[in-house]
Amino acid sequence: MTAGAVSGARPGVRVVLPAHLRALAGVDGEVVLDGPTTLAGVLDALERRHPALRGTCRDQATGRRRPFVRFFACREDLSHDPVDAELPAPVLRGDEPFLVVGAMAGG
Amino acid sequence: MAGVRVLVGTRKGAFVLTSDERRQDWQVSEPLFGGWEVMHLKGSPTNPDRVYAAPSGGWFGQVVQRSDDGGRTFSPVGNDFRYQGDPGPYQGHDGLPHPWAFSRVWHLEPSLTDPDTVYAGVEDAALFRSTDAGASWQELPGLRGHGSASQWQPGAGGLCLHTIVLDPSDDQRMYTAVSAAGAFRSDDAGQSWRPINKGLVSQGIPDEQAEVGHCVHKLALHPARPQTLFMQKHWDVMRSDDAGESWHEVSGDLPSDFGFPIDVHAHEPDTVYVVPITSDTFHVPPDGALRVYRSRTGGGEWEPLTKGLPQENCFVNVLRDAMAVDRLDSSGVYFGTTGGQVYCSPDGGDSWSAIVRDLPPVLSVEVQTL
Repeated sequence: MTAGAVSGARPGVRVVLPAHLRALAGVDGEVVLDGPTTLAGVLDALERRHPALRGTCRDQATGRRRPFVRFFACREDLSHDPVDAELPAPVLRGDEPFLVVGAMAGG
Repeated sequence: MAGVRVLVGTRKGAFVLTSDERRQDWQVSEPLFGGWEVMHLKGSPTNPDRVYAAPSGGWFGQVVQRSDDGGRTFSPVGNDFRYQGDPGPYQGHDGLPHPWAFSRVWHLEPSLTDPDTVYAGVEDAALFRSTDAGASWQELPGLRGHGSASQWQPGAGGLCLHTIVLDPSDDQRMYTAVSAAGAFRSDDAGQSWRPINKGLVSQGIPDEQAEVGHCVHKLALHPARPQTLFMQKHWDVMRSDDAGESWHEVSGDLPSDFGFPIDVHAHEPDTVYVVPITSDTFHVPPDGALRVYRSRTGGGEWEPLTKGLPQENCFVNVLRDAMAVDRLDSSGVYFGTTGGQVYCSPDGGDSWSAIVRDLPPVLSVEVQTL
């Protein structure tokens, strides 16, 4: 097994939402999703768990990420990575959160 | 006891203002949808507990929320607005062909008869309908598909369908207005449409009397006289007495015929209200004095209504959806400003007072008579 690879039971991907989306989903803290291993999988699972979030991170018709939404993890910007690429192992292990971020913009 | 509920959409959230029929003492809700831009919210005429709201934002897009308890609590409903068919691109500000793409809801219009049916006017301009209380939305593609859509161009605010008027005497007839395209009418419940812009003259377009291309800001009608329509165009206040087949100007003695909202008194079909704005260059009232103008003659002759409104150093705007009237015996008139004030006149415009003064910029005002 290579360093950083996932082994054993995973606690799930810990998703941290911005305040607007926490309010919309009706959650206070992290959302823990068991199963997804890719960015697209996280968004799919998130929207299944909380249908009110459909369309807020990505366009419902095109599937494209909304321009002012970013996905960070492990101090990296994953926003431009292929959506079917595997997430970093620390995210899959639940050691590091997957951050959904609203860009700093506007007034 | 009778009363009113005023629904205020602002740049940062929505507010519900309530009062008894005297309309002197008001309760102001906590902010709803804090931080979201609420272009519009409106209650069902048949079920006043049912309120639809359209919060949106540049970060997380459009959501639609529904209340079933008169605006005390809201829950998210459907927000999937997908266009049907492709009428070809429209010409954008840059002169290039642009494909149609949904960005936000400008206006929600609940059905006059069914609380589960609601229409949405959106940007890029299109008309959607939900028949399941907002859970799902379907475009009524006949509007974009009738043939003129490729000639529509976005106004400064975008290519938006901002006005939906339902004819209370004919459940098949409805009107829409698009900036900058014009007014349109359907006589088959929104399935097919045609432009109704004959008589409009707009200096800002190559053919001043073109079939489409006019920047219509708002339409209004009185339920007792649904053949008569009033229009605040970019410039010009217009009237039609044949359901939009033809229009004539009724700006008369207004100090400026530029403006955004227009509305009709609840009990007097010939009493009309507008808020003149200096010009499309200066989006502020003439002379720094905020004046509603009232015509009791269906246009042409107008009187300024000033009592209780700031008459100096006032440089706010009143946007197209930010005026409403209630249906109490002494009909109230309401409007909100970009300065965050919401004014009420409980006596048809004779006198005004501010319900609130320091809200975020007001985008829309609707009133429910309870």
